[in-house]
Amino acid sequence: MSASTRTDGIVAGRLDPATLEANFADLHPPLDPHEARVAADRCYFCHDAPCVTACPTSIDIPLFIRQIATGVPEAAARTIFQQNILGGMCARVCPTETLCEEVCVREVAEGKPVLIGQLQRYATDTLMAKGEHPFARDAPTGRRVAVVGAGPAGLACAHRLAMNGHEVTLYDARPKPGGLNEYGIAAYKTVDGFAQAEVDWLMRIGGIVQEHGKALGRDLDLDALRESYDAVFLGVGLAGVNALRTRGEDRDGVQNAVDFISKLRQADDLAALPVGRRVVVIGGGMTAIDAAVQSRLLGAEEVTMVYRRGPEEMAASRFERDLATSKGVRIVFNAQPVRIRGKKDGTERRVEFAYTRYGPDGFEVTDETFEIRADQVLKAIGQTLYEPPQALALKRGKIRVDAAGRTSVAGVWAGGDCASGGDDLTVTAVAEGRDAAEDIHKALMS
Amino acid sequence: MADLTTDFAGIKSPNPFWLASAPPTDKEYNVRRAFEAGWGGVVWKTLGLDPHVVNVNGPRYGAVWGADRRLLGLNNIELITDRPLEVNLREIKQVKRDYPDRAMVVSLMVPCEEDPWKFILSQVEDTGADGVELNFGCPHGMSERGMGSAVGQVPEYIEMVTRWCKQNTRMPVIVKLTPNITDVRKPAKAAKDGGADAVSLINTINSITAVDLDNFAPEPTIDGKGSHGGYCGPAVKPIALSMVSEIARDPDLQGLPISGIGGVTTWRDAAEFIALGCGSVQVCTAAMTYGFKIVQEMVSGLGQWMDDKGHADLDAIRGRAVPNVTDWKYLNLNYVTKARIDQELCISCGRCFAACEDTSHQAIAMKPGRVFEVIDEECVACNLCVNVCPVENCITMERMAPGTVDPRTGRMVEAEYANWTTHPNNPAAKAAE
Ligand SMILES: Cc1cc2nc3c(=O)[nH]c(=O)nc-3n(C[C@H](O)[C@H](O)[C@H](O)COP(=O)(O)OP(=O)(O)OC[C@H]3O[C@@H](n4cnc5c(N)ncnc54)[C@H](O)[C@@H]3O)c2cc1C
Ligand SMILES: Cc1cc2nc3c(=O)[nH]c(=O)nc-3n(C[C@H](O)[C@H](O)[C@H](O)COP(=O)(O)O)c2cc1C
Ligand code: SF4
Repeated sequence: MSASTRTDGIVAGRLDPATLEANFADLHPPLDPHEARVAADRCYFCHDAPCVTACPTSIDIPLFIRQIATGVPEAAARTIFQQNILGGMCARVCPTETLCEEVCVREVAEGKPVLIGQLQRYATDTLMAKGEHPFARDAPTGRRVAVVGAGPAGLACAHRLAMNGHEVTLYDARPKPGGLNEYGIAAYKTVDGFAQAEVDWLMRIGGIVQEHGKALGRDLDLDALRESYDAVFLGVGLAGVNALRTRGEDRDGVQNAVDFISKLRQADDLAALPVGRRVVVIGGGMTAIDAAVQSRLLGAEEVTMVYRRGPEEMAASRFERDLATSKGVRIVFNAQPVRIRGKKDGTERRVEFAYTRYGPDGFEVTDETFEIRADQVLKAIGQTLYEPPQALALKRGKIRVDAAGRTSVAGVWAGGDCASGGDDLTVTAVAEGRDAAEDIHKALMS
Repeated sequence: MADLTTDFAGIKSPNPFWLASAPPTDKEYNVRRAFEAGWGGVVWKTLGLDPHVVNVNGPRYGAVWGADRRLLGLNNIELITDRPLEVNLREIKQVKRDYPDRAMVVSLMVPCEEDPWKFILSQVEDTGADGVELNFGCPHGMSERGMGSAVGQVPEYIEMVTRWCKQNTRMPVIVKLTPNITDVRKPAKAAKDGGADAVSLINTINSITAVDLDNFAPEPTIDGKGSHGGYCGPAVKPIALSMVSEIARDPDLQGLPISGIGGVTTWRDAAEFIALGCGSVQVCTAAMTYGFKIVQEMVSGLGQWMDDKGHADLDAIRGRAVPNVTDWKYLNLNYVTKARIDQELCISCGRCFAACEDTSHQAIAMKPGRVFEVIDEECVACNLCVNVCPVENCITMERMAPGTVDPRTGRMVEAEYANWTTHPNNPAAKAAE
């Protein structure tokens, strides 16, 4: 091993393979059957339970936990999958601390919620390990639907459409399905190739043809899709990124965090992945946290995450923040980048920041500045909708949809990150994809 | 600390905590360690005649668990001691010699004939033991051979055997009763009539803890078959308390010392048995679950509670709850309460709502923001909401002051005590005097 955590620049192999493996192991190791029974026993089986309301896919949580407690986790899994076919992924990636577990009455009473996410994983893992797909397709309807984007929204939509008896073609621009499950989510949340295994398992419903490497706007055209299919669902996510608009942004060593992460997720050998000795991450969301944490885990010596507002406004949850700091990430609040300096050869790179504050006229940047050394700068200041079809009306930069997922164009539905409703979360994308599928079904069958 | 010394039917021990006749008291090794741990006495595992019995060689226990696999109920198909009589007698003698201040009671079970009883009593007397307990309770195996609960279920036999024993020994005789009967006062009365110095109860309850659904066989399963066992542990405590109270309340049985057994797990359980009239308590399952050390919690807990309440010794608490055990017909029907939900403590789980709405009196309203409130017009004060609420003291029963109007009935709450015997709806009611 030539490099170490103290090697300057952006280099690979800072840590030995064993350390890397330990660093990128499962964030929450799965519960064993006894732990699951004990955790399940804590559920009070609340009336009209608040956790169900808090879950974007409205999983009947008390019911599935009772099914675990009574020794039938497979039945629990069926309860989960009925509402959320990506219940396995959601069990791993949902920020439960701001969803179901936040409103658990035991969180309110004792500060210790029932471990809903981990129990959900226990149930779904149990059924999936048996290789069982719990649903069968209804009689064929003869209708054909195009689903564009094979992320959580598209997958959930395609599955529900197929289940309802329709023929689905699932297009995606990337070589692999899964969307950010495959290319974005932090590696330690979805270990052992779970994203692809889940897609394979989901596809066993049948009736879904996958077309990879087909991009809307490049290889596909919305009007043509409307011509040849009875309905179209768009779940293209946010393929663009916000620019920093800071001097020096175009230098080497300055990269989009999502690109850094997607390379990491696709890497066969983490030891071959270069990372800076000193990494500065700019942003305050889940992407920023994941980029910062994974840089540390790859062996960066110093990782600083800089967010331009205070902790209350940060999109990343308290849990995510604590995770980052526990991994040794330093978080600086109320500062924004002014310029990126350094020599042409990449050495002595520094980012100059200015402190911000809320003044009498609202948010403002002050004159007070400071510098942080940075071999590598990762930008994570938000993703955007990338070149949406002209015909679609937008709302705040996203495809405008109604409660059922209908866009401004007849016969075209949308859901997930690209659409105007809900938070940018895996589980929300699943809910929107599923609901759009039901609305498409209704529209096609009436 | 309060004085915990115990004199039970003339048998003295430093505290009221005895180990019941069972595996914990099956041999010298155990009993010495039990005494070292602080147990006040033991009832030695039941002795029988040689050739000694044999036990099954497959599993002999089954169980019922609560959350986190807490053992709530245990069931067993073990028989009496499976060691030679002479070995047990020798060990009893040695242990008693070394622990003269501890109660050493020996449990006995021999066929229903006078000679075997005469024989074994004289053998036990030679050990220096403080007393004997007649095992008329074992509900499995031995009962098939006409012993144990087969005797305990026939008051005439109880009286006959007890009388033989009293005639053949100077030691105090305790009769251990089976709960597998309909009215425990009958066997207790038979024991008393036979001259028993005391009764102890309960022995185990006929039970099958579970059925193996793969093999369709009761558990514990031995080569595909199972047989009912005897149930004990925390789950049986309510049954034992009720049976103890029936004996304690019976005018014909006044003064008969009772050793309380069945689910005693903590000092509090023991205090409850004592309050219902027991002179000592016996413990089996709790020791089998947690080991001998629990007696230290029992001694310190009982002592502290007595100190806190100013009870100097066990006489100060024994039987104190007995006068308050009454018949349903004497309960005060003018005692009107309503459930009250403490909104500060409420965690909004809605269990009270589900319980009352679905299965009781639709007396809880669910208001916006998951606020739960009792509807006094509907509340019959059944207590179900209190029982299903996961938060202690969140829902309580508040008495309505006499003179106020019960919104459910529209009638004024009377200050005077009135019960069913004088109620107008009772066809057999006597006019109130
Ligand atoms: C780094 C990172 C970490 C995250 N961590 C979490 C987390 O821990 N928990 C959580 O709940 N959420 C997390 N999120 C958010 C979550 O991943 C998204 O909300 C979710 O993936 C949205 O699903 P989607 O189906 O709408 O879009 P995506 O997952 O983005 O999928 C869109 C799919 O469409 C394809 N596509 C895009 N454009 C085209 C086109 N023109 N033609 C054809 N196909 C196209 C893409 O290749 C992709 O496969 C994270 C996001 C990021 C970026
Ligand atoms: C394994 C086992 C064996 C027992 N053997 C006897 C026995 O030989 N003689 C007897 O009188 N009672 C026997 N009992 C009953 C106990 O003495 C006691 O009455 C009963 O377990 C209730 O008390 P507990 O709830 O504290 O366990 C036995 C109980 C168990 C669990
Ligand atoms: S006491 Fe019974 S009737 Fe009254 S509110 Fe509670 S559950 Fe309902």
